[in-house]
Parts: sequence; structure tokens; C-alpha cells
Amino acid sequence: MDLVTELTILVLAAFVGFEVISKVPNTLHTPLMSATNAIHGIVLLGGLLLIGEATGFLDELLLVIAIAFGTINIVGGFLVTDRMLEMFRKRD
Amino acid sequence: MYTASFLTDPDFIRILYIVAFSCFIVGLRLLNHPRTARKGNMIAAVGMAIAVIATLMWDFVGDYWLIAIGIAIGTAVGIPAARSVKMTAMPQMVALFNGVGGGAVALISFVEYREALDHGGNPALEQLIPILFAAIVGSISFWGSNIAFGKLQEIIPGRPIQLPGQQFINIGLLLVAVGCAVAIAAGTEEQLLFIVILLSAALLGNMFVLPIGGADMPVVISLLNAFTGLSAAAAGMALDNVALIVGGMLVGASGSILTRLMADAMNRSIANIMVGGFGGVTIAAGDAGDKTARSTDAASVAMQLAYARKVVVTPGYGLAVAQAQHTVRELADELEKRGVEVSYAIHPVAGRMPGHMNVLLAEADVPYEQLKEMDDVNPELPQTDVALVIGANDTVNPEAGMPIIEVGKAGQVVVLKRSMNTGFAGIDNPLFYNENTALLFGDAKESVAAVLAEVKDL
Repeated sequence: MDLVTELTILVLAAFVGFEVISKVPNTLHTPLMSATNAIHGIVLLGGLLLIGEATGFLDELLLVIAIAFGTINIVGGFLVTDRMLEMFRKRD
Repeated sequence: MYTASFLTDPDFIRILYIVAFSCFIVGLRLLNHPRTARKGNMIAAVGMAIAVIATLMWDFVGDYWLIAIGIAIGTAVGIPAARSVKMTAMPQMVALFNGVGGGAVALISFVEYREALDHGGNPALEQLIPILFAAIVGSISFWGSNIAFGKLQEIIPGRPIQLPGQQFINIGLLLVAVGCAVAIAAGTEEQLLFIVILLSAALLGNMFVLPIGGADMPVVISLLNAFTGLSAAAAGMALDNVALIVGGMLVGASGSILTRLMADAMNRSIANIMVGGFGGVTIAAGDAGDKTARSTDAASVAMQLAYARKVVVTPGYGLAVAQAQHTVRELADELEKRGVEVSYAIHPVAGRMPGHMNVLLAEADVPYEQLKEMDDVNPELPQTDVALVIGANDTVNPEAGMPIIEVGKAGQVVVLKRSMNTGFAGIDNPLFYNENTALLFGDAKESVAAVLAEVKDL
């Protein structure tokens, strides 16, 4: 993909993000933040894309750490968000 | 084989990425209401699973056992952490998660650069620039988040730590990082320069969070959240991965919005907060002068509350510190039994991160309909009989120089307070000396329990 296409996607994503997220109420800002924690765990993909062709112990070690970090974000982020959102209940 | 070729078809994988980022957007969209939020989170998680599986289908992705080790370690750390973290410790957890994400980005960009050098030199500029950006911002985010975690966890003193000439040091560090990045982009092929970038950005991350005080943490955490998202989006550009670009940018947008909202709620510019030194610096010595504050007792407060029509509880971080959420909810239940209308007025910066107080009250089974935002509750306060302020100070202080919950407009104000000390802002609170304000001194939890007992006895 060329740079301009990527920038186009980036800018459009920024506008969609601003539009969607500005509708999230204060009440849910903490779960929003932990959900976005989980979403930036998508850096995991970077580790996956590079590790197959990486050579040498150091590069592989660094990528395993990066994959572990990304997984912590994804697994921990979605789980803790779910735990929080479960607590937001209507009046019975 | 036909099926195999279809599964590893790049266009098929790219379509899965589109499905994945659509799930993120829909998921975030559903976070706009407590009723749908849980489903939204699950949809985003499904999107993530699709993105990961799709990535594993590229034919050049290999070393599956190394991948398995990484994912196993991450899962083994992530699940117990998410299960056991206390809701009061959510800001620390989010800080740590921000940091981990930033760290992953920095590591990935470093490896990508090293691999490129091994394969004949600097990558093309359209790859190289995002790599350098990701390295700088990811490293700042990793180290800054660790310091924020340390402060919130009270491993590092929460008060601002400042060196002489701090601003010049920070600018110098940024110049070193950017200067090395420019040198690499201009054609220098040198791994050492890249390491200098990572290190100076790391130092900068440390230096920029150290001078920031406890009360400013909601802004810092939001900002670091935005940094991590932006660095992930940059990593996505370097790797030509649409899911990574969109996912990262959504987080960048979210973090930016929250940073802005938090700064607005404190009526301070983001730059002003970054300069630091605010939280904990005493401006006025809380000198009461000839003003006198009226103190009250639990029995009188119980009478006021029980015979009111409408009560607004205004909690601050002091409520969470005293772990009084459950007792407050019991008091509210008791009052509602008597026909009193109870709601909670939540300031955007109540707590240590955006929305923190809402989660703490939700945990104490307060229904979300009762959790009201500042702008919704302020017009209702003149029709409120009693405003009960618990462990809040700056967020109700008319002199704090920021938008506040205007409790002074309620018929009566009862402030539960540990002592006459000033809040984070270090500004004496004139609210306490109003004619319609009464103060109930003591530990928030014990005071609320005493009031509750009195209400039950009425």
C-alpha cells in the first residue's frame, strides 16, 4: 500500500474515532479506556508479522516479549472491561 | 489445494481485517450506553480474535511455537491481573496496560529496523518514518506509563518531583530523539542511533510524568493512552497493516478526546499540565481567618436527609480512599425507602482516571440511572434540598478555578470531611463557610455509618 492510501485510512479512522467516542458518556469513560487498552493490544499483529522472518536470538526474544505484551493488553483489557461493565446495572 | 490457497489469499486476509476493524468501531459505538456496553466490548473482542487469526494465515508468518510462547505468557499474566484487580486500582491497571502497549510498539519498531539493516539497509522512507515515530512515541508511552503506575501505586511519591531546568532537559531529550531520527531518515544506517532514540525517549517519558501531581493523573493517563494508540497506528503504517492502523488510530482518538475533556474539566490547558508542578503545591495555607465553619453531628444530618425530598450525593476520591461506597449506597437505599429521591453528582475528574467514580459506585450496586454528570446535575441543584458532599473538595470549590458541581445552590449542604485541610489545589474552600453549609468531621465511612444508624432509628 502506498503512503497516501495509508494516510487516507488513518485520517478517516481518526474522524470515525472522534465521532463514535465523543458519544460515550462520562459514566463509561473508565471502561472505554480499558476497552481501548485492549484494542491497542492489536500491536500483537506487528509481532506476528515479523517473527517468521526474524533471524537471531535477540530479535526473536524481543518479538516474543512484544507478543506477550500485546496479549496482556488484549486478554487483560477485554476481561477487565467486561468485569466492570457487568457491574453497571439498572435499578431493579 | 484449493481451500488452502483461498485461506492464504492476501485479499481474503485483508477482507478479514476490514471485518475486524468494523467490529472495533461497532463495539466502541455500543459503549455509548451502559445497557449495550457489555455487548460492545464482546464485539470488539471478537474483532480482535478475527484480526489475530487472519494474521496467522499469512504464508510468511512462522515460528508458531515462539508465537505460542508469547501468547501463553501474555495470557498467564493478563487473566489473573484482570480478574483480581480491585476497582480502586483501575487507574494503575490502565496505566500499566498503556505502558505494555507502548513497550510492544517500541520493541516491534526496533526489530523491524534491525531486520531491515540485515537485509541491505534502511527501509524506504514511507516505512522508515512511521518506524521512527513509533519508536519515539512508544518508548515515551512505556516509560511514562510505568512512572504513572508507580505514582498511583505509591511506589514513587505522588507529589510532583521536579529537577531544576526540567523544561530544558525535556526539550533537549526530545531534540536528541528527533535529531537522531532525522539523521537515520536522511540515510545514516546505524543501529546505535536507533538505540539512542529509544533511550532518550525513555528518559523523556520518565521526566515528563515525574513532575505531575496526583490530581492531574486523569489527564496523564488519557494522554499516555492516546500516545500508545498513535504509536500503534504508526507501527501499522510501517507494516502495511490496515487493522493495526485503524485500531491504533481509534485508540489515539479516544485518548485525545479524554485528555481534552479532563483538561477542560479542570479548566487548564494540556500544556499547562505538562509543565507540571500543580498537584500538591500549597498555594494558600488554608487559613480560615475570621471565618467560621459550622460543624454538625450525625443525628442532625440524619434528620436533614430523612425529611428531604431530593438529596444529591457528591462523592470525591476521599470516598474511595475511605472505602465508603457500600455504606453510602445503604444510606441511599434507606432514604429511598422513606421516599427521598437520591442521585449522585459525579465530576469528570472525581477519582484518579476518567469516569473512575462511576465504576466505584457501580461496584457498590448503585444503579446507573442515579449516576449523573456534572452538566446534567447542576441545573437541578437549586431544587435540591440537601447536597451531601463526601470526600470531595476541589470539585465543589467555587474558588478552584474550574467547572464545579455547584452544591452551594442546594438548600442545605452537608460536607463530610476528615479535617479542615485544603484539597489538591491547595485553595481554601469558601463553600465551607457558607451559612447553609454544615461540616461533619471524621472518617467518611464512619460518618456515613453513623448517619445511616441515625436514619434507621428515626
